[in-house]
Amino acid sequence: MGLRAYIVRRLLLLIPVLFGVTVFIFGITMFFSPIERASLYVRSARQMSNLPLIIETYGLDRPFWEQYGTWINQVFHGNLGWSAVVQMPVWDALWSFLPATLELAIFATPIIILAGIFLGSQAAAHKDRAVDHVTRVAAIGGWSLPTFWLGLVLLMIFYGYFRGLLPPERLSHPMNMLVNSADFVRYTHINTIDAILNLNGPVLLDALRHLILPVITLSVVDVAFIMRLMRSSMLESLGKGYVLTARAKGLAERVVVNKHARRNALIPVITVSGYVFAGLANGVVITETIFAFKGIGWWAAQAATRLDIAGVLGFALFNAFLFVLVNLVVDILYTRVDPRVRLGGVVQ
Amino acid sequence: MTGWKFRARQLARNPLSLAGIIIIFIFAIIAIFAPLIAPTPEGHGNPYLIPRDGYSATPQLPSEEHIFGTTEGQYDIFYGVIWGTRSAFHVGLVVIGIIVVVGIILGSLAGYFGGVIDEVIMRITDIFLAFPALILAMAIVTVIGPSLKSVMIALVVVSWPSYARLIRGDILQVREEDYIEASRGLGASSARVIIRHALPNAIYPTLIMASLDIGAVVLSAAALSFLGLGAPEGYADWGQLTSFARNWIVGPSADPLRYWFAVTIPGLFILFFVLGWNLLGDAFRDILDPRLARR
Repeated sequence: MGLRAYIVRRLLLLIPVLFGVTVFIFGITMFFSPIERASLYVRSARQMSNLPLIIETYGLDRPFWEQYGTWINQVFHGNLGWSAVVQMPVWDALWSFLPATLELAIFATPIIILAGIFLGSQAAAHKDRAVDHVTRVAAIGGWSLPTFWLGLVLLMIFYGYFRGLLPPERLSHPMNMLVNSADFVRYTHINTIDAILNLNGPVLLDALRHLILPVITLSVVDVAFIMRLMRSSMLESLGKGYVLTARAKGLAERVVVNKHARRNALIPVITVSGYVFAGLANGVVITETIFAFKGIGWWAAQAATRLDIAGVLGFALFNAFLFVLVNLVVDILYTRVDPRVRLGGVVQ
Repeated sequence: MTGWKFRARQLARNPLSLAGIIIIFIFAIIAIFAPLIAPTPEGHGNPYLIPRDGYSATPQLPSEEHIFGTTEGQYDIFYGVIWGTRSAFHVGLVVIGIIVVVGIILGSLAGYFGGVIDEVIMRITDIFLAFPALILAMAIVTVIGPSLKSVMIALVVVSWPSYARLIRGDILQVREEDYIEASRGLGASSARVIIRHALPNAIYPTLIMASLDIGAVVLSAAALSFLGLGAPEGYADWGQLTSFARNWIVGPSADPLRYWFAVTIPGLFILFFVLGWNLLGDAFRDILDPRLARR
């Protein structure tokens, strides 16, 4: 089977999953009465008097499947309801809060991958020696850390004890004014990238200063995860015949580890990129809440605590779609990296 | 030496897993003897509600009366973390217990019968696994209304699919074994074959790993509580105690670390509790994976 046929097949397989996901999300709202469901679309107090009209428009008193049809049609047209906590449609909220979250992800992802792979392969190369024991304990510790608590402790030290060295939020007040002024072009709404495009050093530095703690908080768990995985994968790789061959022909240990063992050990790490994404998605909710870093995670947590159901469900739906796509890309990538994997999905 | 004795000895010899066992043991003691360690004041109703010393917002420093101090709203931190240990075990044990039962039932049905049943159950797990777990849990709790019970329900809903899949895989491995064939040939019913022959030979490793996930469950529950989606205010719960400290991470300018106790102590309890289970889980993973154990 060719790559194109494989991708098409995988895309077709996505349809039932995404269908199930939407039915599930819509099914959850069936916990509510039609009036409560209608209020998910209500934008102002004045509209509350129009509830019967909204029930009529969206057919909220009809049978389940009919309602589902109306709802999914609205979703395809970008109408996910009204998010009361931020006073805007859920769809607009997603797009306006996404850049902040992307900014966190842009910095956290390379750190997770590089630190995890480096530390994991170091541990494996020095198995049962000090490096290995230290990284092992650090990994289990990192894996057990309540990230919300880590964030608070980091803030207590670097914002409290060091007098505002690394503050919460995305930018300090004057920089925020500057960024929103007419002189500053908002290309992407990602502060660091916009600062570089505007050739504005102070904004860049200020944005980086605000990013350090959230990025650390967001990365810790995933670094620990990748590190452990990389260690066992590397150990397995180091025991393989090709490593023995490489050593036997007199290659330097560094070359054996870096070229022969590590490249092969990377394959299992790629397959878990989906988990890393899920870890980031879960993590941004907590991290952004602690640091008042106003991205989609912050918005979702606000929505959840103030019972803004439309916001929470829209956020969950968005994440499910993204997660499914990420897994698809990972699988396709996997067939490229490891030629032994036939596109039918069977390892020879 | 039988396999189990050998494994138990391996665990006791490894310093990390030994540390894990000791930590969990200490927490178990704390949970069992909570009424003696932190006695409920006379006339105070539900012992899981933390007694308050006034209603002022500002935390009190540790003193004779409150050895870990009080947090925002004058909740006694010592009382909260001690009784919070009970809440943690309660949430962890109940959630893992239900997940394991659901996982065994659905996983063995799917693995043993295959065909349409397998297909349906697996496609349902696909739907649940399409969400990042904490986000789905958050959505479920929001919809059914924040409470400790909702948190537990949500964690069961988001976690059962992975266990059902693991157990299905285990069953698939033993399904074609001769002793299963033999039992079927002797006329045993499907239920009998599954319960008496397939399960006992297939699922012990999965069961052990599942039970050690108590730490992960408690961590997720604490995160939801921290966001304000868990127990009612004042309930002895580590996640909530941590969230009380959110306004007090920076003390007065002369003494910025003044409220360190309110910020750090509840979180340390979460950290060590989860660490204990994870240390044990990590050691077990090595023992159960013979490919790694031999090296």
